[in-house]
Amino acid sequence: MKKKWIAGGLVLMVAVFGWLLFGGLEKNVVFFLTPQELLAKGPEGVGVPVRLGGQVKPGSMVWDAKTLDLRFTVTDGAKEVPVQSTGAPPQMFRDGMGVIVEGRVGQGGVFHATNLMVKHSNEYRAPAPGEEAHEKYKTLMQQGTL
Amino acid sequence: MTGTIAHSALLVSVGVLALGVILTPVAVRSGRREWLQLVYGAAYTNFLLVTIATVAMVYALVTHDFSVSYVASVGSRSTPLLFTIISLWGALEGSILFWAWVLAMYAAAVVWLHSRKQGNLVPYATMTMLAVAAFFAILLVGPADPFRPVFPVPADGPGPNTLLQNHILMAVHPPLLYMGYVGMTVPFAFAIGAIVSNEATSNEWTLLSRRWMLASWGFLTAAIIAGMWWSYEVLGWGGYWAWDPVENASFLPWLTATAYLHTVMVQERRNMLRVWTLNLCVATFVLTILGTFLTRSGILSSVHAFTTGSIGYYFLGLIAVVLTATLVLVAGHSDRIRTPGKLGGAASRETVFLLNNLFLTAVMLTVLVGTLYPLIAEAIRGVKVSVGEPFFNRMTIPAMVALIFLMGVGPSLPWGSTTWADARKRLAPPLAGALIMAVIAIAVGTRSIYALLAFTFVGYAAMGNLREYWVGMRARRRAHGESWPTALTRLVRGNRRRYGGYVAHIGILFVAVGVTASSAFRTEREATLLPGETLTVSGRTVRLKGVWGREEPQRSVIGATLDVLGKDGAVTGTLEPRMNFYRVSDQPVPTPDVKSSIKGDLYVNLMAFEANGANATIKVIVEPLVPWIWFGGLVIVIGSIIGMFHSGRRAVPVRKAPASAPSDPPETAPEEEIAEALT
Repeated sequence: MKKKWIAGGLVLMVAVFGWLLFGGLEKNVVFFLTPQELLAKGPEGVGVPVRLGGQVKPGSMVWDAKTLDLRFTVTDGAKEVPVQSTGAPPQMFRDGMGVIVEGRVGQGGVFHATNLMVKHSNEYRAPAPGEEAHEKYKTLMQQGTL
Repeated sequence: MTGTIAHSALLVSVGVLALGVILTPVAVRSGRREWLQLVYGAAYTNFLLVTIATVAMVYALVTHDFSVSYVASVGSRSTPLLFTIISLWGALEGSILFWAWVLAMYAAAVVWLHSRKQGNLVPYATMTMLAVAAFFAILLVGPADPFRPVFPVPADGPGPNTLLQNHILMAVHPPLLYMGYVGMTVPFAFAIGAIVSNEATSNEWTLLSRRWMLASWGFLTAAIIAGMWWSYEVLGWGGYWAWDPVENASFLPWLTATAYLHTVMVQERRNMLRVWTLNLCVATFVLTILGTFLTRSGILSSVHAFTTGSIGYYFLGLIAVVLTATLVLVAGHSDRIRTPGKLGGAASRETVFLLNNLFLTAVMLTVLVGTLYPLIAEAIRGVKVSVGEPFFNRMTIPAMVALIFLMGVGPSLPWGSTTWADARKRLAPPLAGALIMAVIAIAVGTRSIYALLAFTFVGYAAMGNLREYWVGMRARRRAHGESWPTALTRLVRGNRRRYGGYVAHIGILFVAVGVTASSAFRTEREATLLPGETLTVSGRTVRLKGVWGREEPQRSVIGATLDVLGKDGAVTGTLEPRMNFYRVSDQPVPTPDVKSSIKGDLYVNLMAFEANGANATIKVIVEPLVPWIWFGGLVIVIGSIIGMFHSGRRAVPVRKAPASAPSDPPETAPEEEIAEALT
């Protein structure tokens, strides 16, 4: 009899734990979407946290160093989503590069990013000629250390 | 040439290991125990052979022998010597070789220390380790062969992953992690050995596996803390834990190992939970392999996913084999493993241990499900999702806060059973510590309920654990008239495992305080500064002095120099956050600069800069008590060292305390001290 109670208690505990666990997952999962998939969601996509993946549209990046306001457009070739963020862009942020932005779409269809990730590939790429740091920042290199 | 020698050594070791594995049951069953010497010889030979291969690899790396495939993929003539050597564990094949070497070392050490023991436990445990070693040896001669010849021989290589060559902690964290991770194989081997040899009910295997588990646990704890430190010093976001799959992979076996270290005491004292402890050994080992699968297969995106390839599926195969074998073994021997022990009263130490295991297991399952969920969701529902920090924080923090509380309750309660009145008397004194911490927490403005609870429980647990020392020392002084220092050393020597455990508890509490304070009171600001401009974050002010550049052999460095200003505006120090541009990568590696004190850190990172040095965007983060985390890690390691070198004699069995012993004053020394005082 006592054993039955213990077994029943265990089953109940596991059930409650599983319910909590998967309930927590449902609420806290962040979907990974492309601009096309995000826009296809329409009003349902507004206000929910998502990860948006795509490329930085060439020529779309505007950064105000004073206010740290950063704007660019993420595109997947088919559709595009304007993104706004606060903070410095990663140093090597440039046109056409793969990015993942985390945040949510606000009213007006602008994506407010709280987190900006540059897509790292494992096979990292050597900088293109002329893009090497010692070329790009020649003046700083010549000045040397403070 | 080097490659050929190493490859042959590994090929031979596959044969030697296979021979050792096959010979063990033959030797035991046929009663020819002298053949076991060959099995033990296989362990030593394997160690020798894998050492040859490892030394060959280091030699090839140092001499820039680009005809060896691994060197061609991670070596570079411009990389400094130290980072060239440690790139041994910087990428997939090398890390498998290093793993195999650490495992060979453990297997040889186990044979060296225990092979003179009677019975079949050690032979079968050795066999298990040799089998696991064979798995890695096969990987090394086949799919993960680091010694493949390269032709034509390149003149230079790309160098190690830039994130890995940017900080000295890369020389510390991985070896510690491997010592911990691979060490978990030993308790697992003893568990399997115990079942196969029908010695699961003896205390021999518990004693042995417990000591090896404690050693590995100490290494793993140190590795996790060192990894947090590395992440803090290199990744530039001012954090140390992000519930990244790789971090989770190191945390999962830590949780089950911690659970094991607690229940194994219940098993020894009360002769119960034997199947459960056995399963914890197996689970810990399986989780280390699962972690390797997750990080080495590249199926989960992670900042740490340094390597990808099909090799991950071999690990999946190993997991399947281990789980099936264990299931069959445990099921086949269940009648001989089960134990008759009974739980004591509700208010007893073993009850607290059961709760501890419940919470640790729940945290483990939560982290496991959260880590694997993206895979499940993609496979079943075809959607790409990520499970972020909010899930892990919300789901695990309550259980972890509860665990802090239990850390204070457990040591205060006696084994067996006691009356509620006695329990109340024992549990009351640490409340003073809880009160003090609660007052401090409220005074400094703690808002979050969990942070407040965490601080309060830390006070409770700290007092509870320190009080055990105080009570024991006072009893010794009364009984023997010893001085305080003598009483302390003799007390600890009398029961190293127990008092080492309390030291580890104190270390955990330091970590808990550091984590809670630094996440509850973190403040940060980012601004673009012209030289001479200042930025103030929660009372700490920095002033940009200028931006500079420097050429180094393997990289270009851009840095900003900032003066730290005191309250009166005087310069109290300088900080130099940098951005390192490695020749091989178009991604710079951030190198934040941190000014640490016992009160906390001033963390400064260079986010962006004008190409002519006219301005720099700086992020300043003020995080209280972060160094307490690193210090806590050190204390935990000291605790596990104390606990490891115990005499090996079983703790004095509990004499059933009469339930009606309320006269027993709570200050009385625990059973061990009394027993010791009597001898």
